[in-house]
Amino acid sequence: MNLYEYMGKNIFRSSGIPVPDGYVVEKLSELKPFEKPVAVKSQILLGGRGKSGGIKFARNADELKDFTGQLLGSKIRGLEVKKVLIEEMINIDHEFYLSIALSRPDRRPIIIASAQGGVEIESVPEDKIIKRLVDPILGYSDYLGREISQFLGLSKDISKDFMSILRNLYNVYVGEDCELVEINPLVITKEGKMIAADSKIVMDTDSMYRHRDINITDPEKTPLELEAQSKGYAFVELDGNIGVIANGAGLTMATLDALTLHKGRPRNFLDLGGTDSVDIVITAFDLVLKAKPSAILVNIFGGVTKCDTVASGIASAKEKFNIKQPIVVRLSGVHEEEGREILKKSGIDAYSQMMPAIEAVVNKAVTA
Amino acid sequence: MAYVDENTRVVVQGITGHQGSFHTAEMIKFGTKVVAGVTPGKKGEKIHDVPIVNSMREAMDYEPNASMIAVPAPFVKDAAYEAIDAGVKLIYILTEKVPFHDTMEIFHQASLRSVTLLGPNGPGVTRPGYSKIGIMPNQIFRKGDVAVASRSGTLTYEIVDSITRAGYGESTVVGLGGDPVVGLTFVDVLKVFENDPDTKRIVLVGEIGGSNEEKAAEYIRDHVKKKVVAYITGRSAPPGKRMGHAGAIIEKGVGTAESKIKAFNSVGVKVADYPDDVPKYLG
Repeated sequence: MNLYEYMGKNIFRSSGIPVPDGYVVEKLSELKPFEKPVAVKSQILLGGRGKSGGIKFARNADELKDFTGQLLGSKIRGLEVKKVLIEEMINIDHEFYLSIALSRPDRRPIIIASAQGGVEIESVPEDKIIKRLVDPILGYSDYLGREISQFLGLSKDISKDFMSILRNLYNVYVGEDCELVEINPLVITKEGKMIAADSKIVMDTDSMYRHRDINITDPEKTPLELEAQSKGYAFVELDGNIGVIANGAGLTMATLDALTLHKGRPRNFLDLGGTDSVDIVITAFDLVLKAKPSAILVNIFGGVTKCDTVASGIASAKEKFNIKQPIVVRLSGVHEEEGREILKKSGIDAYSQMMPAIEAVVNKAVTA
Repeated sequence: MAYVDENTRVVVQGITGHQGSFHTAEMIKFGTKVVAGVTPGKKGEKIHDVPIVNSMREAMDYEPNASMIAVPAPFVKDAAYEAIDAGVKLIYILTEKVPFHDTMEIFHQASLRSVTLLGPNGPGVTRPGYSKIGIMPNQIFRKGDVAVASRSGTLTYEIVDSITRAGYGESTVVGLGGDPVVGLTFVDVLKVFENDPDTKRIVLVGEIGGSNEEKAAEYIRDHVKKKVVAYITGRSAPPGKRMGHAGAIIEKGVGTAESKIKAFNSVGVKVADYPDDVPKYLG
């Protein structure tokens, strides 16, 4: 889950990481009197805000009012600007990059830093980047900061600031259950202070039960994906015309792959999970039908999810939603025969193997 | 020994929950020795004839050497620490949606004490004729010489079933789990399979996300003499989208199916296009 810049900066501020002075407004009346030049920054969850006109610089009171008014309620690449961050301008002397992320193969946090900040870290040459793995049991300790500070060539005074920032950033990474904490750029100002000019925090969605104060709608999810999420389904919209319902994330992905290799075009990913409930199947159909597919494929390998339960769900959904599109079903595994009998009464002949079902639904989607 | 055998004695943490109870019964049917279950406050009761105790400390009276954790995600870290502290040497976590920071700490604490961690969010390990810990359906297995390691659940069953129907059988089937941080990698499992006298052929079932498969390919090139066949899912997945599993995501171009297929092909490992095709390459 991505946090807005202002939320990240609030977390930084309260964790002892210096950030520029600033405040957030949702309407013009919340603006404070103009004192000095400020940056007016749209709070949207998209990279490249500056290039899209989402960040402006106000040199006087009129500009502050005009720019804030222009940005609030405007749309940037389809996303509505609901909040604007008004922030003091900083005099940049040098820009660094600093982040902590998960190194999956090591199963450890990894600190990444570079003296070439303010640009995407992917574009910085490897020899200008320092990476240090952290043992999560030992946690962060200053020896790591000293090594990194030396690599970045920091002066003695700045190094002290940097070590404090890195220690606090590690605390944020662990304390907020982050996938990623990133400061880009981390700035040395002309006044000789180190300050986080931007913030990027991505939190682990699975940890949200212990961060209930944070609730953000993912802007990259479609309305239907959000509806599915609220109902507890793993669901992804795709651009094809074959609706897909399967059980297990791996089998669902394999179903999409097999359709694609057969020149079929899946409309969605929907994983029923390891449940055994008729209602969960009916709601799955409701979601898939909202995506208006020309045919629907149900691919079940029964285990904990029993074939007859799924079959009852299919039969009920067909009647309840008066489904006109062709439904192709593959049932294999626990209670397969019982499931097949149930479907026969609804006029559906279930396949027992996956590949014939894939071929059948691709043909039906073409002729539908 | 490939993770479990006839001497494996399992305690189930969360045995009276829906999952814990159901899969305890299935494990017993498969021949697993489930020696005790833990549910705080239910000491003295029995479920499927298995004695229930209040804590792992009490469970140690029944001399378990492995634990299956089937408690809700917020309680997993505590349950795992309790099991590590009590001294079991294999911990399998069934639970999904465990925060990966918790898993990271569990993994490293376990490693320090030479405890093997399996999962979270995977189906466990099954050895036909010996034992199983986890949730794989009993009826798809036949004892044989094919070892399978997979990042999925249901897809594993699909492939095991096709292997069994093709006339082969399985020596060991391991589900690593679908999370970004899990206890075992393909490389860990390959080491065990290569040294396992019951195993003659190996099947790896990978998916998008991370670089587990690429590292496996390197290891196969340098260390594995047995025949290896692979299947990779997620070829049609759009970048940046999580495909059901928390770990199944293409991030900044890393973790694509193409990269994994290429890595396997470059070391002579055949990659099947469809789950049903896996047995064709085993001969």
